[in-house]
Amino acid sequence: MNRMKKSQGHVGLLEHTPRGPELPKTPTGIRGLDEITRGGLPTGRPTLVCGGPGSGKTLLALTFLVNGASQFDEPGVLLTFEENAAEIASDIASLGFDLPELIKAKKIAVDYVRVERSEIEETGEYDLEGLFIRLDYAIRAVGAKRVVLDTIESLFAGLENDTILRSELRRLFRWLKDQGVTAVITAERGEGLLTRQGLEEYVSDAVILLDHRVHDQVSTRRLRVVKYRGSHHGTNEYPFLINADGISVLPVSSLALQHAAPLERVSSGVASLDEMLSGKGYYRGSTILVSGTAGTGKTSLAAHFLDAACRRGERCLCFLFEESPQQHLRNMRSIGIDLEPWMAAGLLQFHADRPSRYGLETHLASMHQVVADFKPTVTVIDPVTNLMTVGTYADVQAMLTRMIDHLKTESITAMLTSLSPAQTDIDRNESTISSLMDTWIVLANEELGGHHRRGLYVLKSRGMAHSNELREFVLTDHGLTMPAAAGRSPRDIA
Amino acid sequence: MQLSEGGIAMPSPADQAYQLRLYVAGQTPKSVLAFRNLKQICEEHLQGRYEIEIIDLVENPQLAAGDQILAVPTVVRRLPEPIKKIIGDLSNTERVLVGLDLRER
Repeated sequence: MNRMKKSQGHVGLLEHTPRGPELPKTPTGIRGLDEITRGGLPTGRPTLVCGGPGSGKTLLALTFLVNGASQFDEPGVLLTFEENAAEIASDIASLGFDLPELIKAKKIAVDYVRVERSEIEETGEYDLEGLFIRLDYAIRAVGAKRVVLDTIESLFAGLENDTILRSELRRLFRWLKDQGVTAVITAERGEGLLTRQGLEEYVSDAVILLDHRVHDQVSTRRLRVVKYRGSHHGTNEYPFLINADGISVLPVSSLALQHAAPLERVSSGVASLDEMLSGKGYYRGSTILVSGTAGTGKTSLAAHFLDAACRRGERCLCFLFEESPQQHLRNMRSIGIDLEPWMAAGLLQFHADRPSRYGLETHLASMHQVVADFKPTVTVIDPVTNLMTVGTYADVQAMLTRMIDHLKTESITAMLTSLSPAQTDIDRNESTISSLMDTWIVLANEELGGHHRRGLYVLKSRGMAHSNELREFVLTDHGLTMPAAAGRSPRDIA
Repeated sequence: MQLSEGGIAMPSPADQAYQLRLYVAGQTPKSVLAFRNLKQICEEHLQGRYEIEIIDLVENPQLAAGDQILAVPTVVRRLPEPIKKIIGDLSNTERVLVGLDLRER
Protein backbone atom coordinates (compact mmCIF):
# COMPACT_ATOMS: atom_id res chain seq x y z
CA MET A 1 0.00 0.00 0.00
CA ASN A 2 2.66 2.41 1.08
CA ARG A 3 4.70 1.76 -1.97
CA MET A 4 1.67 2.49 -4.10
CA LYS A 5 1.16 5.82 -2.43
CA LYS A 6 4.73 6.80 -2.87
CA SER A 7 4.66 6.32 -6.57
CA GLN A 8 1.42 8.24 -6.80
CA GLY A 9 3.02 11.19 -5.11
CA HIS A 10 4.86 12.06 -8.29
CA VAL A 11 2.02 12.49 -10.68
CA GLY A 12 4.24 14.70 -12.73
CA LEU A 13 6.53 11.81 -13.50
CA LEU A 14 3.69 9.67 -14.74
CA GLU A 15 2.55 12.44 -17.02
CA HIS A 16 5.99 13.17 -18.25
CA THR A 17 6.17 12.53 -21.93
CA PRO A 18 9.30 11.70 -23.79
CA ARG A 19 11.14 14.78 -24.95
CA GLY A 20 8.89 16.03 -27.64
CA PRO A 21 9.10 19.22 -29.59
CA GLU A 22 6.93 21.12 -27.11
CA LEU A 23 7.13 21.61 -23.35
CA PRO A 24 4.06 21.20 -21.17
CA LYS A 25 1.89 24.31 -21.17
CA THR A 26 -0.41 25.89 -18.64
CA PRO A 27 -3.43 27.57 -20.22
CA THR A 28 -4.05 31.18 -19.28
CA GLY A 29 -7.68 30.96 -20.31
CA ILE A 30 -7.13 34.29 -22.06
CA ARG A 31 -8.74 34.16 -25.44
CA GLY A 32 -6.10 34.30 -28.15
CA LEU A 33 -3.07 34.16 -25.89
CA ASP A 34 -3.26 30.41 -25.56
CA GLU A 35 -3.41 30.16 -29.34
CA ILE A 36 -0.39 32.35 -29.93
CA THR A 37 1.61 30.43 -27.36
CA ARG A 38 0.22 27.13 -28.61
CA GLY A 39 -1.26 26.14 -25.30
CA GLY A 40 -0.32 28.69 -22.69
CA LEU A 41 2.63 29.56 -20.49
CA PRO A 42 5.46 27.13 -19.75
CA THR A 43 4.28 24.88 -16.94
CA GLY A 44 6.33 25.11 -13.78
CA ARG A 45 8.37 28.02 -15.06
CA PRO A 46 8.30 31.76 -14.66
CA THR A 47 7.06 34.02 -17.42
CA LEU A 48 7.92 37.69 -17.50
CA VAL A 49 5.18 40.08 -18.55
CA CYS A 50 6.50 43.57 -19.17
CA GLY A 51 4.96 46.79 -20.32
CA GLY A 52 4.60 50.47 -19.52
CA PRO A 53 2.19 51.91 -17.00
CA GLY A 54 -1.40 51.09 -17.91
CA SER A 55 -0.39 48.49 -20.47
CA GLY A 56 -2.53 45.84 -18.80
CA LYS A 57 0.17 43.66 -17.30
CA THR A 58 -1.45 43.42 -13.90
CA LEU A 59 -4.79 42.57 -15.48
CA LEU A 60 -3.17 39.88 -17.60
CA ALA A 61 -1.46 38.41 -14.56
CA LEU A 62 -4.63 38.51 -12.46
CA THR A 63 -6.64 36.92 -15.26
CA PHE A 64 -4.12 34.11 -15.45
CA LEU A 65 -4.49 33.61 -11.71
CA VAL A 66 -8.26 33.83 -11.49
CA ASN A 67 -8.80 31.61 -14.54
CA GLY A 68 -6.47 29.07 -13.00
CA ALA A 69 -8.42 29.02 -9.77
CA SER A 70 -11.86 29.03 -11.37
CA GLN A 71 -11.48 27.08 -14.64
CA PHE A 72 -8.45 24.84 -14.32
CA ASP A 73 -8.57 23.80 -10.70
CA GLU A 74 -5.20 25.42 -10.10
CA PRO A 75 -5.18 27.56 -6.97
CA GLY A 76 -2.96 30.58 -7.04
CA VAL A 77 -0.95 33.02 -4.98
CA LEU A 78 -0.78 36.72 -5.59
CA LEU A 79 2.20 38.45 -4.08
CA THR A 80 1.57 42.07 -4.79
CA PHE A 81 3.77 45.07 -4.22
CA GLU A 82 1.01 47.41 -5.31
CA GLU A 83 -0.17 49.56 -2.49
CA ASN A 84 -3.81 49.60 -3.37
CA ALA A 85 -5.60 46.50 -2.14
CA ALA A 86 -8.96 47.91 -3.21
CA GLU A 87 -7.69 48.31 -6.76
CA ILE A 88 -6.66 44.67 -6.95
CA ALA A 89 -10.06 43.61 -5.67
CA SER A 90 -11.84 45.81 -8.19
CA ASP A 91 -9.63 44.50 -11.03
CA ILE A 92 -10.64 41.00 -10.08
CA ALA A 93 -14.26 42.08 -9.73
CA SER A 94 -14.03 43.41 -13.30
CA LEU A 95 -13.22 39.86 -14.36
CA GLY A 96 -16.46 38.81 -12.74
CA PHE A 97 -14.95 37.34 -9.60
CA ASP A 98 -15.15 38.19 -5.96
CA LEU A 99 -11.67 38.23 -4.46
CA PRO A 100 -12.81 37.77 -0.84
CA GLU A 101 -14.86 34.76 -2.00
CA LEU A 102 -11.89 33.21 -3.78
CA ILE A 103 -9.76 33.77 -0.71
CA LYS A 104 -12.40 32.27 1.54
CA ALA A 105 -12.68 29.24 -0.72
CA LYS A 106 -8.91 28.84 -0.44
CA LYS A 107 -8.49 29.15 -4.17
CA ILE A 108 -6.39 32.26 -4.02
CA ALA A 109 -4.07 33.59 -1.36
CA VAL A 110 -2.96 37.22 -1.44
CA ASP A 111 -0.01 38.74 0.34
CA TYR A 112 0.41 42.49 0.15
CA VAL A 113 4.06 43.37 0.46
CA ARG A 114 5.04 46.86 1.50
CA VAL A 115 8.56 48.19 1.57
CA GLU A 116 9.03 51.65 2.99
CA ARG A 117 12.55 52.80 2.39
CA SER A 118 12.24 55.69 4.81
CA GLU A 119 11.75 53.37 7.76
CA ILE A 120 14.49 50.93 6.82
CA GLU A 121 18.15 51.16 7.66
CA GLU A 122 20.53 48.69 6.04
CA THR A 123 23.67 47.45 7.65
CA GLY A 124 25.69 44.45 6.63
CA GLU A 125 24.73 41.23 5.00
CA TYR A 126 21.16 40.07 4.58
CA ASP A 127 19.06 37.96 2.30
CA LEU A 128 15.40 37.91 1.30
CA GLU A 129 14.55 34.69 3.04
CA GLY A 130 11.60 36.48 4.65
CA LEU A 131 10.07 36.92 1.20
CA PHE A 132 10.68 33.29 0.34
CA ILE A 133 9.06 32.20 3.59
CA ARG A 134 6.01 34.34 2.96
CA LEU A 135 5.65 33.04 -0.55
CA ASP A 136 6.15 29.48 0.56
CA TYR A 137 3.60 29.91 3.33
CA ALA A 138 1.01 31.27 0.89
CA ILE A 139 1.71 28.54 -1.67
CA ARG A 140 1.19 25.86 0.97
CA ALA A 141 -1.92 27.52 2.34
CA VAL A 142 -3.86 27.00 -0.89
CA GLY A 143 -1.79 24.33 -2.61
CA ALA A 144 -0.93 26.85 -5.31
CA LYS A 145 0.02 25.83 -8.82
CA ARG A 146 0.18 29.39 -10.07
CA VAL A 147 1.98 32.39 -8.65
CA VAL A 148 1.87 36.02 -9.65
CA LEU A 149 4.49 38.53 -8.50
CA ASP A 150 3.20 42.03 -9.22
CA THR A 151 5.51 44.06 -9.46
CA ILE A 152 8.60 42.66 -7.82
CA GLU A 153 10.71 45.45 -9.26
CA SER A 154 9.28 47.71 -6.57
CA LEU A 155 11.89 46.13 -4.33
CA PHE A 156 14.55 48.15 -6.11
CA ALA A 157 12.96 51.30 -4.80
CA GLY A 158 12.68 49.90 -1.29
CA LEU A 159 16.10 48.37 -0.79
CA GLU A 160 19.53 49.93 -1.13
CA ASN A 161 21.73 46.98 -1.86
CA ASP A 162 21.30 46.20 -5.54
CA THR A 163 23.84 43.41 -5.48
CA ILE A 164 22.04 41.45 -2.80
CA LEU A 165 18.69 42.17 -4.41
CA ARG A 166 19.79 40.90 -7.80
CA SER A 167 21.32 37.72 -6.50
CA GLU A 168 18.23 37.12 -4.36
CA LEU A 169 15.90 37.64 -7.33
CA ARG A 170 17.95 35.17 -9.30
CA ARG A 171 17.59 32.75 -6.40
CA LEU A 172 13.85 33.51 -6.18
CA PHE A 173 13.19 32.65 -9.81
CA ARG A 174 15.16 29.44 -9.48
CA TRP A 175 13.26 28.65 -6.30
CA LEU A 176 9.94 29.21 -8.07
CA LYS A 177 11.00 26.66 -10.67
CA ASP A 178 11.94 24.21 -7.93
CA GLN A 179 8.46 24.62 -6.45
CA GLY A 180 7.05 23.63 -9.83
CA VAL A 181 4.68 26.58 -9.89
CA THR A 182 3.80 28.37 -13.09
CA ALA A 183 4.64 31.96 -12.33
CA VAL A 184 3.90 35.30 -13.93
CA ILE A 185 6.21 38.13 -12.99
CA THR A 186 5.21 41.60 -14.07
CA ALA A 187 7.76 44.30 -14.71
CA GLU A 188 7.88 47.87 -15.88
CA ARG A 189 9.18 48.50 -19.38
CA GLY A 190 12.63 50.11 -19.32
CA GLU A 191 14.56 52.46 -21.58
CA GLY A 192 16.21 50.34 -24.22
CA LEU A 193 15.55 47.29 -22.08
CA LEU A 194 12.52 45.07 -21.80
CA THR A 195 12.33 45.84 -18.11
CA ARG A 196 13.63 48.71 -16.07
CA GLN A 197 15.81 46.46 -13.93
CA GLY A 198 16.83 44.00 -16.61
CA LEU A 199 14.79 41.17 -15.10
CA GLU A 200 14.67 39.47 -18.49
CA GLU A 201 18.19 38.35 -17.66
CA TYR A 202 16.84 36.22 -14.81
CA VAL A 203 13.61 35.02 -16.29
CA SER A 204 14.64 33.47 -19.50
CA ASP A 205 11.86 30.97 -20.16
CA ALA A 206 9.19 33.20 -21.59
CA VAL A 207 8.83 36.92 -22.03
CA ILE A 208 5.64 38.70 -23.11
CA LEU A 209 5.70 42.37 -23.97
CA LEU A 210 2.62 44.57 -23.74
CA ASP A 211 2.42 47.86 -25.49
CA HIS A 212 -0.06 50.68 -25.29
CA ARG A 213 0.28 53.34 -27.96
CA VAL A 214 -1.78 56.41 -28.47
CA HIS A 215 -1.69 57.76 -31.98
CA ASP A 216 -3.93 60.65 -33.00
CA GLN A 217 -5.73 60.29 -29.67
CA VAL A 218 -6.62 56.75 -30.54
CA SER A 219 -5.28 54.06 -28.30
CA THR A 220 -4.06 50.71 -29.45
CA ARG A 221 -2.88 47.82 -27.34
CA ARG A 222 -0.48 45.23 -28.65
CA LEU A 223 1.03 42.06 -27.29
CA ARG A 224 4.15 40.27 -28.43
CA VAL A 225 5.73 37.04 -27.27
CA VAL A 226 9.35 38.14 -27.27
CA LYS A 227 10.74 34.85 -26.15
CA TYR A 228 9.49 31.38 -25.38
CA ARG A 229 12.23 28.90 -24.76
CA GLY A 230 11.63 25.44 -26.13
CA SER A 231 8.39 26.33 -27.84
CA HIS A 232 7.12 27.61 -31.09
CA HIS A 233 5.15 30.79 -30.82
CA GLY A 234 3.83 33.57 -32.98
CA THR A 235 6.32 36.42 -33.12
CA ASN A 236 4.02 39.07 -34.49
CA GLU A 237 2.57 41.92 -32.56
CA TYR A 238 -0.98 41.00 -31.78
CA PRO A 239 -3.62 43.56 -31.00
CA PHE A 240 -5.38 42.92 -27.75
CA LEU A 241 -8.41 44.23 -26.09
CA ILE A 242 -9.38 45.15 -22.56
CA ASN A 243 -13.11 45.46 -22.20
CA ALA A 244 -15.98 44.38 -20.01
CA ASP A 245 -15.09 40.73 -20.59
CA GLY A 246 -11.52 41.26 -19.48
CA ILE A 247 -8.55 40.77 -21.71
CA SER A 248 -8.46 39.06 -25.08
CA VAL A 249 -5.81 38.81 -27.73
CA LEU A 250 -6.45 38.68 -31.42
CA PRO A 251 -4.35 36.00 -32.99
CA VAL A 252 -3.60 36.85 -36.53
CA SER A 253 -3.78 33.82 -38.68
CA SER A 254 -0.89 32.70 -40.75
CA LEU A 255 -1.50 34.81 -43.85
CA ALA A 256 -0.16 31.82 -45.71
CA LEU A 257 -3.03 31.80 -48.22
CA GLN A 258 -4.12 28.36 -47.26
CA HIS A 259 -7.82 29.00 -47.17
CA ALA A 260 -10.16 26.40 -48.35
CA ALA A 261 -11.81 27.47 -51.58
CA PRO A 262 -15.38 26.23 -51.39
CA LEU A 263 -17.13 25.73 -54.70
CA GLU A 264 -20.51 26.36 -53.17
CA ARG A 265 -22.26 29.49 -54.37
CA VAL A 266 -24.52 31.80 -52.44
CA SER A 267 -27.12 34.15 -53.84
CA SER A 268 -26.55 37.89 -53.73
CA GLY A 269 -30.24 38.27 -52.96
CA VAL A 270 -30.80 39.97 -56.32
CA ALA A 271 -31.71 37.49 -59.04
CA SER A 272 -30.41 39.60 -61.90
CA LEU A 273 -27.11 40.18 -60.11
CA ASP A 274 -26.74 36.45 -59.57
CA GLU A 275 -27.24 36.16 -63.29
CA MET A 276 -24.35 38.53 -63.92
CA LEU A 277 -22.20 36.37 -61.65
CA SER A 278 -22.34 33.41 -64.03
CA GLY A 279 -25.86 32.75 -62.89
CA LYS A 280 -25.09 31.56 -59.39
CA GLY A 281 -24.03 34.43 -57.19
CA TYR A 282 -20.93 34.74 -54.99
CA TYR A 283 -18.63 31.97 -53.86
CA ARG A 284 -19.12 30.96 -50.28
CA GLY A 285 -16.25 32.17 -48.14
CA SER A 286 -15.25 34.80 -50.66
CA THR A 287 -14.92 38.50 -50.01
CA ILE A 288 -17.01 41.00 -51.93
CA LEU A 289 -16.37 44.70 -52.25
CA VAL A 290 -19.27 46.97 -53.16
CA SER A 291 -18.07 50.43 -53.99
CA GLY A 292 -19.76 53.59 -55.13
CA THR A 293 -20.29 57.23 -54.32
CA ALA A 294 -22.81 58.39 -51.73
CA GLY A 295 -26.37 57.26 -52.31
CA THR A 296 -25.66 54.70 -55.02
CA GLY A 297 -27.29 51.84 -53.13
CA LYS A 298 -24.37 50.04 -51.51
CA THR A 299 -26.16 49.47 -48.24
CA SER A 300 -29.25 48.26 -50.11
CA LEU A 301 -27.23 45.68 -51.98
CA ALA A 302 -25.74 44.53 -48.69
CA ALA A 303 -29.19 44.31 -47.14
CA HIS A 304 -30.35 42.08 -49.98
CA PHE A 305 -27.42 39.84 -49.35
CA LEU A 306 -28.15 39.68 -45.60
CA ASP A 307 -31.83 39.03 -46.23
CA ALA A 308 -31.08 36.20 -48.65
CA ALA A 309 -28.60 34.60 -46.26
CA CYS A 310 -31.08 34.75 -43.38
CA ARG A 311 -33.72 33.18 -45.61
CA ARG A 312 -31.33 30.27 -46.06
CA GLY A 313 -31.09 30.09 -42.27
CA GLU A 314 -27.53 31.40 -42.12
CA ARG A 315 -26.21 33.47 -39.23
CA CYS A 316 -25.31 36.98 -40.29
CA LEU A 317 -23.29 39.67 -38.64
CA CYS A 318 -23.44 43.28 -39.76
CA PHE A 319 -20.96 45.92 -38.61
CA LEU A 320 -22.26 49.43 -39.08
CA PHE A 321 -19.86 52.33 -39.03
CA GLU A 322 -22.19 55.02 -40.28
CA GLU A 323 -25.73 54.38 -39.16
CA SER A 324 -27.39 53.04 -36.07
CA PRO A 325 -29.15 49.68 -36.41
CA GLN A 326 -32.49 51.50 -36.07
CA GLN A 327 -31.71 53.86 -38.94
CA HIS A 328 -30.50 50.97 -41.00
CA LEU A 329 -33.63 48.91 -40.36
CA ARG A 330 -35.90 51.85 -41.18
CA ASN A 331 -34.06 52.71 -44.39
CA MET A 332 -34.09 49.14 -45.59
CA ARG A 333 -37.76 48.78 -44.78
CA SER A 334 -38.38 51.71 -47.15
CA ILE A 335 -37.11 49.58 -50.01
CA GLY A 336 -39.12 46.61 -48.85
CA ILE A 337 -36.43 44.68 -47.00
CA ASP A 338 -37.47 43.93 -43.45
CA LEU A 339 -34.53 42.61 -41.49
CA GLU A 340 -36.15 42.88 -38.09
CA PRO A 341 -37.67 39.38 -38.07
CA TRP A 342 -34.20 37.93 -38.66
CA MET A 343 -32.89 39.86 -35.69
CA ALA A 344 -35.76 38.59 -33.59
CA ALA A 345 -35.01 35.05 -34.75
CA GLY A 346 -31.42 35.47 -33.63
CA LEU A 347 -30.04 34.98 -37.13
CA LEU A 348 -28.94 38.56 -37.63
CA GLN A 349 -26.89 40.71 -35.32
CA PHE A 350 -25.88 44.34 -35.76
CA HIS A 351 -22.85 45.99 -34.24
CA ALA A 352 -22.72 49.72 -34.64
CA ASP A 353 -19.71 51.73 -33.57
CA ARG A 354 -18.12 55.05 -34.26
CA PRO A 355 -14.88 54.50 -36.15
CA SER A 356 -13.15 57.23 -34.19
CA ARG A 357 -13.85 55.55 -30.89
CA TYR A 358 -10.79 53.35 -31.04
CA GLY A 359 -7.76 52.63 -33.13
CA LEU A 360 -7.86 50.22 -36.01
CA GLU A 361 -6.30 47.44 -34.03
CA THR A 362 -8.87 47.76 -31.33
CA HIS A 363 -11.65 47.69 -33.89
CA LEU A 364 -10.09 44.67 -35.44
CA ALA A 365 -9.78 42.95 -32.10
CA SER A 366 -13.31 43.74 -31.07
CA MET A 367 -14.72 42.66 -34.44
CA HIS A 368 -12.75 39.49 -34.14
CA GLN A 369 -14.26 38.87 -30.75
CA VAL A 370 -17.79 39.47 -31.99
CA VAL A 371 -17.21 37.08 -34.90
CA ALA A 372 -15.86 34.46 -32.52
CA ASP A 373 -18.88 34.87 -30.24
CA PHE A 374 -21.62 34.92 -32.86
CA LYS A 375 -20.11 32.48 -35.35
CA PRO A 376 -21.70 33.92 -38.48
CA THR A 377 -21.41 32.49 -41.97
CA VAL A 378 -22.02 35.90 -43.53
CA THR A 379 -20.52 39.19 -42.41
CA VAL A 380 -21.12 42.69 -43.73
CA ILE A 381 -18.98 45.72 -42.93
CA ASP A 382 -20.78 48.91 -43.89
CA PRO A 383 -18.90 50.98 -44.82
CA VAL A 384 -15.37 49.76 -44.45
CA THR A 385 -14.07 53.11 -45.70
CA ASN A 386 -15.13 54.78 -42.47
CA LEU A 387 -12.56 52.69 -40.66
CA MET A 388 -9.94 54.09 -42.96
CA THR A 389 -10.20 57.47 -41.33
CA VAL A 390 -8.60 56.17 -38.16
CA GLY A 391 -5.33 54.84 -39.46
CA THR A 392 -2.57 55.31 -41.94
CA TYR A 393 -2.57 53.71 -45.37
CA ALA A 394 -0.25 50.89 -44.31
CA ASP A 395 -2.12 50.27 -41.08
CA VAL A 396 -5.43 50.03 -42.87
CA GLN A 397 -4.10 47.58 -45.38
CA ALA A 398 -2.56 45.44 -42.66
CA MET A 399 -5.69 45.52 -40.57
CA LEU A 400 -8.02 44.65 -43.41
CA THR A 401 -5.72 41.93 -44.65
CA ARG A 402 -5.89 40.35 -41.25
CA MET A 403 -9.62 40.76 -40.91
CA ILE A 404 -10.32 39.35 -44.35
CA ASP A 405 -7.81 36.61 -43.83
CA HIS A 406 -9.54 35.62 -40.65
CA LEU A 407 -12.98 35.63 -42.26
CA LYS A 408 -11.69 33.49 -45.11
CA THR A 409 -10.09 31.05 -42.73
CA GLU A 410 -13.48 30.64 -41.12
CA SER A 411 -15.14 30.35 -44.55
CA ILE A 412 -17.27 33.38 -43.76
CA THR A 413 -18.64 35.14 -46.83
CA ALA A 414 -17.90 38.80 -46.32
CA MET A 415 -19.26 41.89 -48.00
CA LEU A 416 -17.52 45.21 -47.51
CA THR A 417 -19.02 48.41 -48.76
CA SER A 418 -16.77 51.24 -49.77
CA LEU A 419 -17.69 54.85 -50.20
CA SER A 420 -15.89 56.41 -53.17
CA PRO A 421 -15.35 60.14 -52.98
CA ALA A 422 -15.87 60.90 -56.66
CA GLN A 423 -17.87 59.50 -59.49
CA THR A 424 -15.36 57.72 -61.68
CA ASP A 425 -12.29 57.84 -59.55
CA ILE A 426 -11.17 54.60 -58.12
CA ASP A 427 -10.06 55.81 -54.80
CA ARG A 428 -6.75 54.97 -53.26
CA ASN A 429 -8.52 53.35 -50.35
CA GLU A 430 -10.14 50.97 -52.73
CA SER A 431 -6.95 50.08 -54.49
CA THR A 432 -5.60 49.42 -50.99
CA ILE A 433 -7.98 46.59 -50.48
CA SER A 434 -9.03 45.59 -53.97
CA SER A 435 -6.34 42.95 -54.28
CA LEU A 436 -7.83 41.24 -51.25
CA MET A 437 -11.24 41.05 -52.87
CA ASP A 438 -12.61 38.17 -54.85
CA THR A 439 -15.50 40.09 -56.27
CA TRP A 440 -15.78 43.82 -56.84
CA ILE A 441 -19.08 45.40 -57.71
CA VAL A 442 -19.15 49.07 -58.67
CA LEU A 443 -22.28 51.17 -58.30
CA ALA A 444 -22.64 54.46 -60.10
CA ASN A 445 -25.07 57.34 -60.47
CA GLU A 446 -25.51 59.08 -63.76
CA GLU A 447 -27.33 62.14 -64.88
CA LEU A 448 -28.87 61.40 -68.22
CA GLY A 449 -31.28 63.84 -69.81
CA GLY A 450 -32.25 65.30 -66.47
CA HIS A 451 -32.76 61.80 -65.08
CA HIS A 452 -30.96 60.35 -62.20
CA ARG A 453 -30.07 56.80 -63.14
CA ARG A 454 -28.37 54.08 -61.22
CA GLY A 455 -25.98 51.60 -62.74
CA LEU A 456 -24.05 48.59 -61.57
CA TYR A 457 -21.26 46.49 -63.02
CA VAL A 458 -19.00 43.68 -61.91
CA LEU A 459 -15.44 44.99 -62.07
CA LYS A 460 -14.00 41.65 -61.21
CA SER A 461 -15.03 38.31 -59.84
CA ARG A 462 -12.38 35.68 -59.47
CA GLY A 463 -13.03 32.17 -60.59
CA MET A 464 -16.15 32.78 -62.66
CA ALA A 465 -17.18 34.08 -66.04
CA HIS A 466 -18.98 37.21 -64.96
CA SER A 467 -20.84 39.79 -66.99
CA ASN A 468 -18.99 42.91 -68.10
CA GLU A 469 -22.12 44.89 -68.67
CA LEU A 470 -23.14 48.04 -66.91
CA ARG A 471 -26.68 47.31 -65.85
CA GLU A 472 -29.14 49.94 -64.85
CA PHE A 473 -31.10 49.30 -61.72
CA VAL A 474 -33.78 50.97 -59.64
CA LEU A 475 -34.50 50.96 -55.96
CA THR A 476 -38.18 50.28 -55.51
CA ASP A 477 -40.33 49.64 -52.49
CA HIS A 478 -39.76 45.99 -53.13
CA GLY A 479 -36.02 46.15 -53.39
CA LEU A 480 -33.34 46.56 -55.98
CA THR A 481 -34.50 45.50 -59.40
CA MET A 482 -32.96 45.63 -62.82
CA PRO A 483 -35.34 46.59 -65.57
CA ALA A 484 -35.63 44.15 -68.43
CA ALA A 485 -33.01 44.08 -71.17
CA ALA A 486 -34.78 46.79 -73.12
CA GLY A 487 -33.99 49.28 -70.38
CA ARG A 488 -30.34 48.38 -70.31
CA SER A 489 -27.81 50.98 -71.07
CA PRO A 490 -24.74 49.00 -71.89
CA ARG A 491 -21.76 51.19 -71.53
CA ASP A 492 -18.13 50.60 -71.14
CA ILE A 493 -17.02 52.50 -68.11
CA ALA A 494 -13.36 51.75 -68.53
CA MET B 1 5.35 62.16 24.02
CA GLN B 2 3.69 64.80 26.14
CA LEU B 3 2.67 68.39 25.84
CA SER B 4 4.09 70.54 28.58
CA GLU B 5 3.59 74.23 29.32
CA GLY B 6 6.77 75.15 27.58
CA GLY B 7 5.56 73.61 24.30
CA ILE B 8 6.28 70.25 22.76
CA ALA B 9 8.67 68.29 24.90
CA MET B 10 10.40 65.42 23.19
CA PRO B 11 11.32 62.93 25.86
CA SER B 12 14.97 62.17 25.49
CA PRO B 13 15.65 58.68 24.13
CA ALA B 14 17.35 57.98 27.41
CA ASP B 15 13.97 57.77 29.14
CA GLN B 16 12.28 55.37 26.79
CA ALA B 17 11.87 51.65 26.90
CA TYR B 18 12.86 49.88 23.70
CA GLN B 19 10.86 46.96 22.48
CA LEU B 20 12.77 45.20 19.73
CA ARG B 21 12.05 42.20 17.59
CA LEU B 22 14.71 40.32 15.74
CA TYR B 23 13.42 38.32 12.82
CA VAL B 24 15.64 35.50 11.62
CA ALA B 25 15.25 32.45 9.43
CA GLY B 26 16.86 29.61 11.28
CA GLN B 27 20.19 29.54 13.07
CA THR B 28 22.40 30.90 10.33
CA PRO B 29 25.77 32.60 10.77
CA LYS B 30 24.09 35.85 9.76
CA SER B 31 21.35 35.54 12.36
CA VAL B 32 23.77 34.59 15.09
CA LEU B 33 25.98 37.53 14.19
CA ALA B 34 23.02 39.89 14.09
CA PHE B 35 21.83 38.82 17.52
CA ARG B 36 25.29 39.20 19.00
CA ASN B 37 25.72 42.67 17.49
CA LEU B 38 22.26 43.77 18.60
CA LYS B 39 22.76 42.52 22.12
CA GLN B 40 26.07 44.31 22.39
CA ILE B 41 24.72 47.61 21.10
CA CYS B 42 21.73 47.44 23.44
CA GLU B 43 23.90 46.66 26.44
CA GLU B 44 26.03 49.65 25.61
CA HIS B 45 23.33 52.19 24.85
CA LEU B 46 20.07 50.96 26.29
CA GLN B 47 21.08 49.09 29.34
CA GLY B 48 18.16 48.08 31.53
CA ARG B 49 15.44 49.44 29.24
CA TYR B 50 15.31 47.17 26.28
CA GLU B 51 13.74 43.90 25.42
CA ILE B 52 14.61 41.70 22.45
CA GLU B 53 12.16 39.16 21.14
CA ILE B 54 13.55 36.71 18.61
CA ILE B 55 11.20 35.38 15.98
CA ASP B 56 12.36 32.50 13.84
CA LEU B 57 10.33 32.61 10.64
CA VAL B 58 11.18 29.04 9.79
CA GLU B 59 9.12 28.05 12.80
CA ASN B 60 6.54 30.80 12.54
CA PRO B 61 6.22 31.70 8.87
CA GLN B 62 2.81 33.29 9.44
CA LEU B 63 4.46 36.08 11.45
CA ALA B 64 6.42 37.46 8.49
CA ALA B 65 3.55 39.35 6.91
CA GLY B 66 2.51 41.24 10.06
CA ASP B 67 5.69 43.29 10.35
CA GLN B 68 6.20 43.27 6.56
CA ILE B 69 9.39 41.26 6.78
CA LEU B 70 11.21 40.47 3.54
CA ALA B 71 14.84 40.57 4.48
CA VAL B 72 16.44 38.63 7.28
CA PRO B 73 17.85 39.39 9.68
CA THR B 74 15.55 42.34 10.40
CA VAL B 75 15.28 44.24 13.65
CA VAL B 76 11.97 45.95 14.18
CA ARG B 77 11.77 48.70 16.73
CA ARG B 78 8.18 48.35 17.94
CA LEU B 79 8.61 50.91 20.70
CA PRO B 80 9.19 53.76 20.93
CA GLU B 81 7.13 54.70 17.93
CA PRO B 82 7.37 55.17 15.00
CA ILE B 83 8.26 51.71 13.84
CA LYS B 84 11.79 51.43 12.50
CA LYS B 85 13.48 48.60 10.69
CA ILE B 86 17.09 47.72 10.39
CA ILE B 87 18.02 44.96 8.04
CA GLY B 88 21.29 43.10 7.81
CA ASP B 89 23.72 41.51 10.24
CA LEU B 90 24.02 44.84 12.12
CA SER B 91 27.78 44.88 11.62
CA ASN B 92 27.87 48.64 11.20
CA THR B 93 27.20 49.94 14.70
CA GLU B 94 26.87 53.57 13.55
CA ARG B 95 24.05 52.72 11.20
CA VAL B 96 22.30 50.59 13.78
CA LEU B 97 22.37 53.53 16.20
CA VAL B 98 20.99 55.81 13.50
CA GLY B 99 18.35 53.22 12.72
CA LEU B 100 17.31 53.01 16.37
CA ASP B 101 17.23 56.82 16.61
CA LEU B 102 20.01 56.73 19.17
CA ARG B 103 22.18 58.95 17.05
CA GLU B 104 21.54 61.81 14.63
CA ARG B 105 21.71 60.88 11.02
